[in-house]
Amino acid sequence: MAAAESYPEELKYHEEHDWARVDGDEAVLGITWFAADLLGELVHFEPPAVGSDVTKDQSYGEVESVKAVSDVIAPLSGEVLAVNEQVVDAPETVNEDPYGNGWLIRIRLGDPGETDDLLDAAAYRQVLANQ
Amino acid sequence: MSATLLHTPLHDRHVELGARMVPFAGWEMPVQYEGVIPEHRAVRSDAGVFDVSHMGELEVEGPHARDLLQATLANDVDKLAPGEAQYTLLTNEGGGIIDDLVVYRTGDCSYLLVVNAGNRAAAYNSLKEREVRGSDVRDVSDDCALLAVQGPRAIERLGLPPAPPFTFAETMLDGVEVMVNRTGYTGEDGCELLCMSEDAVRLWDAVLGRGAVPCGLGARDSLRLEVCYPLHGNDIGPDTDAVSAGLGWVCALDKEFVGVDALRRIKAEGPKRRLVAFAMEEKAIPRQGMAIEGGGEVTSGSHSPMLEVGIGMGYVPTALAKPDTELTIDVRGRPRRARVVKKPIYKKRED
Repeated sequence: MAAAESYPEELKYHEEHDWARVDGDEAVLGITWFAADLLGELVHFEPPAVGSDVTKDQSYGEVESVKAVSDVIAPLSGEVLAVNEQVVDAPETVNEDPYGNGWLIRIRLGDPGETDDLLDAAAYRQVLANQ
Repeated sequence: MSATLLHTPLHDRHVELGARMVPFAGWEMPVQYEGVIPEHRAVRSDAGVFDVSHMGELEVEGPHARDLLQATLANDVDKLAPGEAQYTLLTNEGGGIIDDLVVYRTGDCSYLLVVNAGNRAAAYNSLKEREVRGSDVRDVSDDCALLAVQGPRAIERLGLPPAPPFTFAETMLDGVEVMVNRTGYTGEDGCELLCMSEDAVRLWDAVLGRGAVPCGLGARDSLRLEVCYPLHGNDIGPDTDAVSAGLGWVCALDKEFVGVDALRRIKAEGPKRRLVAFAMEEKAIPRQGMAIEGGGEVTSGSHSPMLEVGIGMGYVPTALAKPDTELTIDVRGRPRRARVVKKPIYKKRED
């Protein structure tokens, strides 16, 4: 079952429809409900290698539905500490629980100051409203 | 570019149902309602309905209608008795495919051709050019709506009598006059219902009322790819010949028609490349345009909702065309292994 639309207050957002849950010098990243809904049921996640670097505003992986492929944009820079293998095995987890079990990667932040550039939930909702 | 997209008579119904509408061949069409995967599975397990009113309908009539079609279509129309239908090709001089279509023999001297939306003008012009006294080609697409009702329970849900594939009959369905064609593009049992445009909404509502799940073009594409039905514009086109595309069985090479010499030559020499079906051996989804190592190219690719792997079709040099041959596909810079499989990729359970 696809989740209902939501944008949790405790997350930071990137206008390319990505979220970050920052915890100290680490962050968990994923795609928003909006992105998952737009793509439809995900059938493939192409993750970055653990140990590789991701760069803010650049693609670090791909998600695919039956019809479409989409780059996943990094909201923050850092080194990949972990990839969510549950999503690799069952990509539809992202549609079912985009902010929980459907997280994509965990990183060690390269520049904690970058978090200041991200949007809060209200600002991200405004981005969606303007589309 | 801003072009006005055409609407089928069911456009408002699609919007009311919450369909995601996309441009397709000049039409605004539903790509999905609930989602491609549930719609795909509904067709494989029960019944789904697709609005395919964007497709074109051409009537060819007259004492010489048969001669015109025999000279332009690849398959042998003389095999058709009234009430029967046939998959065929409209070919060019080089043996390339202007369109793939189904021809229905509606009477002793009358035929109906259902052509792809994007090829309606090309097919019409190609026939019109060769029209002779005693044959009349008319584009009646705007008068017609077409619903494909597909799935193992489609016929039962519609309350229709059993009938062999590639036959048709005129009947009343819930008060609507329809031509019931036992044809389709999903590999499942079912039919295509042709009615007058003004009756389309009534027929759509009746079919949904009988429990068919509304399905969009997304599921139509993933269903046809699982059973390896070629899509014109992807897998076949004016620059791909019928023999290399594996459609030699549709070509009556013992009769004369446009492009037959080229097709005879390709058949005699053996095609240099062939359209094969493949399934991914690694996690990846092939897409149209991706290179296949050794000089091939993916022409259609997607995720198979039934097999839950990436699948596709593409042209490869003949040496790589045998089933079980390993292929390497360039998935946006990453080499991924696939294997040639016998068509169809998905085989229906016989039970």
